[in-house]
Amino acid sequence: MIRYTHLKPHKTLSLLFALSMITLFVGCDATVDETGPRRIVYWEKWSGFESEAAERAVSAFNEKERGKAEDKTGYRPIEVKYVSVARIEQKLLVAIAGSNPPDVAGAYTLMLYPYIDKGAVLDLTLMLENAGITRDHYIPAIWDLGEYHGRMWALPTTPATTALHWNKRLFSEAGLDPETPPSTIEELDALAEKLTKWEVTGPDGQVEIRWGYCPEIPDENKRLIQVGFLPSEPNWWSHGWGHYFGGTLMDTSGEVTSLSPENIRAYEWVASFSRKLGVKNVQRFTSGFGNFSSPQNAFMSGKIAMEIQGVWMYNFIDKYAPGMQWGAAPFPHPGENPEYRRTVSVDSDLIMIPKGSAHPEEAFEFIRFLSSQEGMEMLCLGHRKFSPLKQVSEEFNAMHPHPYIGIFRELAFSPNGFTSSKTGIWNEYRREMGTAVSRIQNLNNTPEQALRIVQERISGAEARNRRMIARRESMR
Amino acid sequence: MDNRRLTGLLFCLPWFIGFGVFMLYPMLAALYYSLSDYSVLLPPVFIGLDNYLELASDGIFWKSLSNTLVYAIGAVSLSMLTSLTLALLLNSRVRGMAFYRTVFFLPSLMPVVASSILWMWMYTGDGGIINTFLETVGITGPAWLADPAFAKPALILMAVWGAGHAMVILLAGLQDIPEHLYEAALLDGANWWHRMVHVTLPMITPVIYFNLIMGIIGSFQVFTQAFIMTGSTGDPERATLFYVLRLYNVAFQDLRMGYACAMAWLLFMMILGLTLVMHKFSTRWVHYERS
Repeated sequence: MIRYTHLKPHKTLSLLFALSMITLFVGCDATVDETGPRRIVYWEKWSGFESEAAERAVSAFNEKERGKAEDKTGYRPIEVKYVSVARIEQKLLVAIAGSNPPDVAGAYTLMLYPYIDKGAVLDLTLMLENAGITRDHYIPAIWDLGEYHGRMWALPTTPATTALHWNKRLFSEAGLDPETPPSTIEELDALAEKLTKWEVTGPDGQVEIRWGYCPEIPDENKRLIQVGFLPSEPNWWSHGWGHYFGGTLMDTSGEVTSLSPENIRAYEWVASFSRKLGVKNVQRFTSGFGNFSSPQNAFMSGKIAMEIQGVWMYNFIDKYAPGMQWGAAPFPHPGENPEYRRTVSVDSDLIMIPKGSAHPEEAFEFIRFLSSQEGMEMLCLGHRKFSPLKQVSEEFNAMHPHPYIGIFRELAFSPNGFTSSKTGIWNEYRREMGTAVSRIQNLNNTPEQALRIVQERISGAEARNRRMIARRESMR
Repeated sequence: MDNRRLTGLLFCLPWFIGFGVFMLYPMLAALYYSLSDYSVLLPPVFIGLDNYLELASDGIFWKSLSNTLVYAIGAVSLSMLTSLTLALLLNSRVRGMAFYRTVFFLPSLMPVVASSILWMWMYTGDGGIINTFLETVGITGPAWLADPAFAKPALILMAVWGAGHAMVILLAGLQDIPEHLYEAALLDGANWWHRMVHVTLPMITPVIYFNLIMGIIGSFQVFTQAFIMTGSTGDPERATLFYVLRLYNVAFQDLRMGYACAMAWLLFMMILGLTLVMHKFSTRWVHYERS
């Protein structure tokens, strides 16, 4: 039995302190093996089957490196450790700030430009030049996503474009041709009306189904059960409707252009759905939508007949509504503006080397493999997306399960493709637009009023960001 | 220094280290960052009071502050009223009271994330349990979380869910009231209402005061419910953009940590100020048994 006298409190505490320090330093193992493989860490934001595809690509790279080591005596192979990281934008921020980032990391376009503005990303321009990787190899709009202020900071991995998705069964039920999607905004409007369905309660309490917008029936007697098209579903691109009418959010010189006539016209169109359907009716109807990633998804459960969605939608349909009859086509353009044909949101997941990476050269070797035709096709096929490279193998096309992958790839070449505005305040801009669109859809502001607020606020934010960059520059 | 003193200090040391490393240093660092242009990714650059001056003219900051004040007033009063009513009911001598007390306390044990998702379903415009009930009495309920006029009240109403903690503390306070005070009041001919107003409430004012302070501090920091139920942008139309939500956006989405630190310090000063004011006025209405 231990007697109290043996446990001098301050000695016990000192011992505990010493033990904790030892544990701390043992935890921070800084030993470097100069003979074994060169280990690098790769953080990626994907999960599920997307993560599995990335792991396969990593394994293929590691395998190749081991092969090189076998062929060449003294060659130390690179070994990539793949780590799937949720909420990567926040964890990467902390890791970079703590000078302990991964060697290579996946990124969203949303986070790239603010990170570059804050000096957190390694400039890849020279490395790409030396490796002979150029814009010519890529679909130009997708390559450009990694470019900022004339330098290359990241390479695309799995790209995405958007298209109009339509439910063929609902088209047939409404007596429409299920194989003919709308090609102009006017056609979209007309089809949307025909595909809208209400449950109407008559004076005798009897319930009947009525098609169209039914403005003659008071709101208290009708309940929306199906809508042809709603600009707010999904609302991920609510900031981008101006592009479909020739507008932009920022011009080439970086000036904020939210209050342009094109944008006002676009949001008048957005507001027209609230007028035709009734704000409260839409709010009640959409509040019943299930999770995007579930069988209760508004499009997959048949509550919405047409919606704008990305190339990834096929993966969700395949999982949650495998028997669904659906189609994908370029989003319609205003009838009087054929020059805005094939306007499309172009985006991509990216790969970059965070500032402070302990092994930038090895990290770039891995990026180089991933951006090769072999690596890219392995990854994009696993993600069921198209390759960002111009050159695509016949096997890739033959093996691709997405029935409309060709349309999404073609759209990536469209001259009317648009991307996130390249500014360090893009998150702020997007949020401000989101609130403005919410006001417009609730008919609490006219598009002009709402966009004017955005114009003023974001011009101020942009000026502030430029002041911040100038201050940093002057201190260098 | 004698051995006993050293021993005492050593026993206090873990707390001092914890407080210094995890509280004092971050607070002081945040104060410095609030006077800097700081993005986390780059070293801070001292800019004086610029962040605070910008806050004064930031419309979204004022919107988030007013949202938070409305929420605090609504949620604290509603949850105080509910917890007091429940505590009074659960203080009566009824068979199986332990069961009822457990039942009413249970919801407050549920994690906020789970209860937020549950309330989202309850608030569904079409087919949600609340609107379905309203329909049975002839009222067409709103799309609670999608309607700018109803989103904030919906979150305030949800505060009732967490009234269990305050209820338990109040219940303890109620059970601590000496029986002889009620007997004396009865002898004086006091009815139920008189006993409530002149005995029960004055005797539990210290507990009410404690719950009020904790409730206000908690409601000024409201975040999780809004983040899950209406998104980080405080939809619809910023009706649920609360102070800490705005702070989170500025810090982690816009990478303006200096500005966010200024917001955090202002929040700290506001809560501190409010607590001190309440403390000052508490002498007028809080009765301690010993005094």
